[in-house]
Amino acid sequence: MNGPERTVGTRGLVFNEPLIFDQGSPGRVGYSLPPCDVPEKKAEALIPPHLLRGPIAGLPEVSEVEVVRHYTRMSQWNYGIDLGFYPLGSCTMKYNPRVNEDVARLPGFSQAHPYLPDDVAQGALELLWELERYLAEISGLDRVTLHPSAGAHGELTGVMMIRAYHQAQGNPRGKILIPESAHGTNPASSALCGYQVVPIKSGPRGVVEPQAVAAAMDEQVAAIMITNPNTLGLFEEHIAEIARIVHAKGGQVYGDGANLNAIMGITRPGDWGVDVLQFNLHKTFSQPHGGGGPGAGPVGVRRHLAPFMPVPTVEKTGDAFSLDFDRPMSIGKVRSFAASFGVMVRSYAYIRSLGPDGLKRVAETAVLNANYLMSQLKGTYHLPYDRVCKHECVFSDAIQAQSDVKTLDIAKRLMDYGFHPPTIYFPLIVAGALMIEPTETESKETLDQFIAAMKEIAREAKDVPDVVRAAPHKPLLSRLDETRAARQPVLRWKPKG
Amino acid sequence: MRYIPNTEADRRQMLEAIGIGAVGELFADVPEGLRLKRPLKIPRALAEADVVKRLRALAARNADAERYNSFLGAGCYDHFSPAIIGHLVLRGEFLTAYTPYQPEISQGTLQALFEYQSLVCQLTGMEVSNASMYEGASATAEAILMAHRITGRNEVVVARAVHPEYRQVARTYAAQVGLVFHEAASAETGATDLDAAKQALGPQTACLVVQCPNFFGGVEDLAPLAEAAHAVGALCLVVVAEPIALGLLKAPGECGADLVAGEGQGLGTGLNYGGPALGFLATRDQYVRHMPGRLVGQTVDREGRTGYVLTLATREQHIRRERATSNICTAESLIALMASIYLVSLGPQGLREVALQNLRKAAYAKDRLAKVPGCSVRFRGPTFNEFILRTQKKPAGLLAKLRKQQIIGGLELGRFYPELADCLLVCVTEQKTRADIDALCAALGGGR
Repeated sequence: MNGPERTVGTRGLVFNEPLIFDQGSPGRVGYSLPPCDVPEKKAEALIPPHLLRGPIAGLPEVSEVEVVRHYTRMSQWNYGIDLGFYPLGSCTMKYNPRVNEDVARLPGFSQAHPYLPDDVAQGALELLWELERYLAEISGLDRVTLHPSAGAHGELTGVMMIRAYHQAQGNPRGKILIPESAHGTNPASSALCGYQVVPIKSGPRGVVEPQAVAAAMDEQVAAIMITNPNTLGLFEEHIAEIARIVHAKGGQVYGDGANLNAIMGITRPGDWGVDVLQFNLHKTFSQPHGGGGPGAGPVGVRRHLAPFMPVPTVEKTGDAFSLDFDRPMSIGKVRSFAASFGVMVRSYAYIRSLGPDGLKRVAETAVLNANYLMSQLKGTYHLPYDRVCKHECVFSDAIQAQSDVKTLDIAKRLMDYGFHPPTIYFPLIVAGALMIEPTETESKETLDQFIAAMKEIAREAKDVPDVVRAAPHKPLLSRLDETRAARQPVLRWKPKG
Repeated sequence: MRYIPNTEADRRQMLEAIGIGAVGELFADVPEGLRLKRPLKIPRALAEADVVKRLRALAARNADAERYNSFLGAGCYDHFSPAIIGHLVLRGEFLTAYTPYQPEISQGTLQALFEYQSLVCQLTGMEVSNASMYEGASATAEAILMAHRITGRNEVVVARAVHPEYRQVARTYAAQVGLVFHEAASAETGATDLDAAKQALGPQTACLVVQCPNFFGGVEDLAPLAEAAHAVGALCLVVVAEPIALGLLKAPGECGADLVAGEGQGLGTGLNYGGPALGFLATRDQYVRHMPGRLVGQTVDREGRTGYVLTLATREQHIRRERATSNICTAESLIALMASIYLVSLGPQGLREVALQNLRKAAYAKDRLAKVPGCSVRFRGPTFNEFILRTQKKPAGLLAKLRKQQIIGGLELGRFYPELADCLLVCVTEQKTRADIDALCAALGGGR
């Protein structure tokens, strides 16, 4: 290969960009420091020499402009919501408002230290206190801990509180019931707390049947973890009955709030009988996902579980806000300091921007968009559960598989049409699942373009299946060899030779 | 609503296409008795300008490090962040991307995380790093669980000079699976007492946990501690809460560490009232399959071109469910990106120089404060950018007095260490000028 592709540019304005370690040259710098205005003692005079190191070998030496180009060029290989439609099921990839980024960067927040005494951190504490009240109201629960750093961290914190609650009654119990359609984090979080996981099968309508729960329920069951709306995008219509069955044997109901976007202002988990629920602020409450975090997973609880919340909590006395560490029943701490505060600022700004009517409108529009997509693609793609959905709909590759085109092929081909693929092969209860969540921030035109692309791919699967099976054709790279990555792991750059 | 594009006309067309009359019909599966019959009781929507006003008003009520002369550290450090970090992480392609499950259109995130893993290895002297954890304390807790899985042992020895909140988090996690904790006390130098550590270690110890620089700012001599752990077949877990120190201090990997966990917040990511921060976790190649969290690996595409993917996923919850090494999925990719930009901007010389300035300025402050009447330096061992100051007057009253002069004089230690109730933890980074330090001394009664 010769010409432009071999050197800098590849296609259009997409550039080749080597690892940063293969760039720069000795002596090049990308920073400046004010002169040192205190005596410049030698390090060896302050720290025993055998505890010191020299300059770190292999760290790149590059100028500022090289750093900017490096990251800007790499960014161009990424798909983001800012570029287009991102219907990744269960991930709620909605637009991330930019004003939230600005307010999170106000020096009063970004330059505030977590160990500031409460009297000079009143703004931060008031924000946390109010956000807790908003989340409690949205979920119908009594208190909310803002500590957990992600949804899975919230699940873990929630299960720890359930365990502490049972322990306080004399027996932590040994099992947790989890429907087969659950996210993998549910069983993993339960296992971290030492619980045995008992899977519950979904019924023929795609929801959990009360009889299945009743059959598995006994006094060794600490809780049921149930996602509602579930990962098929369906409302668990027996949720109140299930909660009654679990409560009758002294169990707790853990609601996975990953899919809260579908129901805000319409129905509340606390009103179904849910005792614990995590919020995924990077889904429902517009914190940008950042290529894999930061997110946050606050956990709401009913009153009887509040004593077990992590310390500190934020309390209000008169007009003053303070951190309360004096909570003897607390599970302890699950992270340092009080919260992923920057994430809280963004979600606070989001809730204040939408208000009660806006949040309800979010849910209605997310559900309308999902049902519209479902209605337009039904028939072209196999729909295993043909009924009204909530925020997402789940198709399968059953029709396309007849011409040996699989879900993975369809997903990769969507990239050529300029779309991010849906979540694939999840939930596990649908073979070859395509889980599509449009969210409320997409216009009808965007949905129509996506529908047209999906129909075109279905046609291609029949007429030119090889084209679909070899997809993607347009991105920087074609399909990557994941088996090789796992069998011969190369997990870091190393100096040559 | 500015974030929702569809108009009433769009809605009508869509309802018609679905074949229903109203959006309410889409919620027919929500039982009547479970529906909320009133609006949510939260404040009415604000216009963008009013949101900004409200947030500015709240922000103005915090004593930020721009307006106050602050000497707080203790796991969250005020270091200068070059402008390009803030600009580059706001690029929508990084900011608004999900976890890179689809590698063909996520090479930006993936290559950046591969570089991050490499940088963490260089910094810590370890062989493999994951793609980030939540923050330092939970990363430490997960590293302890990892040591428990590797060794099959149920006891943990933790130095008393490990960050108290990290110890608390580790206990919370470990209590779920019944691990037993022992403590290794500090010596009069402020470093961990080697003999105390040896006494606490035993045949059931999964790992020895030491922090360097420790919570008191002290520089630990890690090698003999690691050796003591290895002598009983335990692993050595080194915690790093202040990564800037690694610009000067010997890498934990060269001192015998088997696991290094810690906090990357110091790498130019801001204070943010404690988060989002950046947990990191690094280890030796032989333990990689016990690691929690995402890992990015190099591979090739169908044409043989180099590319990157998430790999070794069989450790993870979405494949292995209850048998996974952890439940972690979303962690701190964007903060890892910030830390990477910081490290490559500074390079080997810059990182060393920043670390040296921290060391020298803290040494200057330590000398000056030791001469202030009523103040003395508590421990005599070497320190990096923090040290403990003992005060004759009660620290609480002293700090309150300083606050009136816009000075945050440090952290009262009594809340964590009753034996240090007459002490302050003082942190001096490169952001402090000589004038800032002199002002603290003057306010404490040391004159100029």
